[in-house]
Amino acid sequence: MAFWLSKSRSISSLLGKRIGLLTILHERNKGSFLHSRRDGVFRYKNSPEFSTKSATFSATGQRFKSSKTGEQVELPSSDEDDDENQAVDFPGGRVAFTSRMNFTSESSGKRIPCFRVLDDNGYPIAGSIFEQVNKEVAVRMYSGMVTLQIMDTILYETQRQGRISFYLTSTGEEAINLASAAALSPDDVVLPQYREPGVLLWRGFTLQEFANQCFGNKADYGKGRQMPIHYGSQKHNYFTVSSPIATQLPQAAGVAYSLKMDKKDACVVTYMGDGGTSEGDFHAALNFAAVTEVPVIFICRNNGWAISTPITEQFRSDGVVVRGQAYGIRSIRVDGNDALAVYNSVRTARQTAINEQRPILIEALTYRVGHHSTSDDSTKYRAVDEIEHWKTAQNPVSRFRKWVQGNGWWTDEDESEFRSNIRKQLMEAIQLAARKEKPPIANLFTDVYEENPPNLVEQERSLGETIKKHPQDYPSDVPL
Amino acid sequence: MSAILRKIIAPGGIPAWGIRVIASRTYSSSAGGKEMTVRDALNSALDEEMSADPSVLLMGEEVGEYQGAYKISKGLLDKYGPKRVIDTPITEAGFTGMAVGAAYHGLRPVVEFMTFNFSMQAIDHIINSAAKSNYMSSGQISVPIVFRGPNGAAAGVGAQHSQCYAAWYASCPGLKVLVPYNSEDARGLLKAAIRDPDPVVFLENELLYGESFPISAEALDSSFCLPIGKAKIEREGKDVTIVAFSKMVGYALKAAEILAKEGVSAEVINLRSIRPLDRATINTSVRKTNRLVTVEEGFPQHGVGAEICASIVEESFEYLDAPVERITGADVPMPYAANLERMAVPQVEDIVRAAKRTCYRSVPVAVNA
Repeated sequence: MAFWLSKSRSISSLLGKRIGLLTILHERNKGSFLHSRRDGVFRYKNSPEFSTKSATFSATGQRFKSSKTGEQVELPSSDEDDDENQAVDFPGGRVAFTSRMNFTSESSGKRIPCFRVLDDNGYPIAGSIFEQVNKEVAVRMYSGMVTLQIMDTILYETQRQGRISFYLTSTGEEAINLASAAALSPDDVVLPQYREPGVLLWRGFTLQEFANQCFGNKADYGKGRQMPIHYGSQKHNYFTVSSPIATQLPQAAGVAYSLKMDKKDACVVTYMGDGGTSEGDFHAALNFAAVTEVPVIFICRNNGWAISTPITEQFRSDGVVVRGQAYGIRSIRVDGNDALAVYNSVRTARQTAINEQRPILIEALTYRVGHHSTSDDSTKYRAVDEIEHWKTAQNPVSRFRKWVQGNGWWTDEDESEFRSNIRKQLMEAIQLAARKEKPPIANLFTDVYEENPPNLVEQERSLGETIKKHPQDYPSDVPL
Repeated sequence: MSAILRKIIAPGGIPAWGIRVIASRTYSSSAGGKEMTVRDALNSALDEEMSADPSVLLMGEEVGEYQGAYKISKGLLDKYGPKRVIDTPITEAGFTGMAVGAAYHGLRPVVEFMTFNFSMQAIDHIINSAAKSNYMSSGQISVPIVFRGPNGAAAGVGAQHSQCYAAWYASCPGLKVLVPYNSEDARGLLKAAIRDPDPVVFLENELLYGESFPISAEALDSSFCLPIGKAKIEREGKDVTIVAFSKMVGYALKAAEILAKEGVSAEVINLRSIRPLDRATINTSVRKTNRLVTVEEGFPQHGVGAEICASIVEESFEYLDAPVERITGADVPMPYAANLERMAVPQVEDIVRAAKRTCYRSVPVAVNA
């Protein structure tokens, strides 16, 4: 067939409008697919039945629609060798032919540019268009970033002192945390990975509540069931942190599906790191979200490292942003250390996600200044100067501070006063949390199911009896 | 006889050899009563629950347009539309994760696995995201989800389509694991599972889908529900207790018939639920008969029978007059060839022999499954 077509190049242009054949084909296929902008086009059809859209499927007609890839896209008319502009209807839609065998390159050569609004010194870049934040929001964002910094420093030390078993910092990613949180509404549901406590902080989680969870005491909302930093709060619409990587991504698509069914004016926001995008769940989640057309924002904190795996060993694509298009998802790459850029992109993403009921992918480029966690010493696999550089020259907190101070909304006195204030508050919260009672033993048995099953009721009773009989073998500071 | 039987069995291929009589149980009791296939029972249960509660969704591969890989969801897409009957892309991990997320936010998804063998690709979401969530979130995140699909051996489908997952899922706290046998079980237990606030693993059996069982008017009512965690005594007896679940209940009943002719009165228990396990019913029965045979299709090590045996030894040791006999599938991945497959799953004769062994009437050549 192809042979015949290439030979008939001149014939096809002759065929043009002069022969009814084309008109016949044209008539039959009207309205169901693209029209080329050129005349004299020879069209080749698979089979007549396909064009008449016979109702092979049930009354819903759903399946036929789904064999197209969404909206019909006009083929760009290229002037080069596509004179014939032949096209064929395959499942999934119409594709143009080309007689030149061309492998799409593994990289587009040019990397997708990164959206930023403030330069390294905190000055708005000339000509940049962005939504301003007012003083109140800016100060709240900035102070949140500072609070997160202090929280991280002190709680990390607390682990080092052996008072809590584990901690994970978000150092270097404060802008992503607070700016994205500021761009959302409290009704938006957040499914975090684990490096986003700033989002919870923005929403009103107190230092005391953070400390309680880390110490696993009686006041912990998790009833002492989770290791530190696995915060969760239903009333703040922040799902409990879950350790396995990327499992929150398809879950987020599911939550978004539920929101869509409820027709709520809210979206889902879920976070992951660069490493998380290698998980199968990432692929499934994005694919699903696109197919089911749900309002979910996938925010990837590309901080360059997945424990000791640098991104050069994580993937070979141009980062994460290019993958969005592969799933049919609108995406953007943003400077994750620029609080205003993050704020703007998340605001727009949110509006789009809700108004158009579609998923969005945001890749926020940043750097993981701290170690992966308290179980890691990153100087073992990366240069200390590299870490220092990002800690100082590229610090998102000081960059935003320069902008906020530049607007006259913050002073050096405010800074030192605020920092010492937070430090004091946090130290007190930690003291209180450490002194507070541990959760009662009853919590061992509850919540496995909605209702306690008889075997657990029996075990709890039996344990209670044993403790009563041998109180000396039982720690006195743990309540029943 | 066998030709007729073959026709009645579900479109899944040639059934395993051996005599199988449909509804051997209580044909005599409900004269002129209604009959229903397990497939229709499941379909009607899904239909009624989806009709009663708009937050119930069904999702899985082929559940919509194709009417279900085994036609369990026939007619549901037309009735409830594509928003509630969702044909998913081929990613068990993806759609299970998505369903769990939807359940987190208040929907009540029913996730269909084409077979539970494929659930292994989603098992992290079933265990880590669903089973443990209520506990780990201290009650803030409840997961009212049902995972259902065919489990265990079918006929001639080989190792990757024949594994039984009852023991795997039942070992996990936070899950409930149900195993219906007949149509009444299918209806009552599926409705109970959908209404339950905890994650439920609902293990069906492909070869039972096409089998027809008598069904009472009570079971046909749309409010009919069976309690989760209660076993059923399918046949009363006094000499030996045979505990089985799913398809093996049918085999156990057949074995009981054969044993009765030889003067051994077997009590057959249909577990209906593996987690929670109805230890009380099993123990009461063993205290009466003093002998126990457990039957399952799954692999022998760490199987359901092992757990039941441990439970009896812990609770009713003095009552045992003979060691507990476990009949299980062979300790090999399921072979494909029909003769090999037959040797790898329990047969009625195996149950009969085991029961006789517990009654001190062993046969010289005892071939264990």
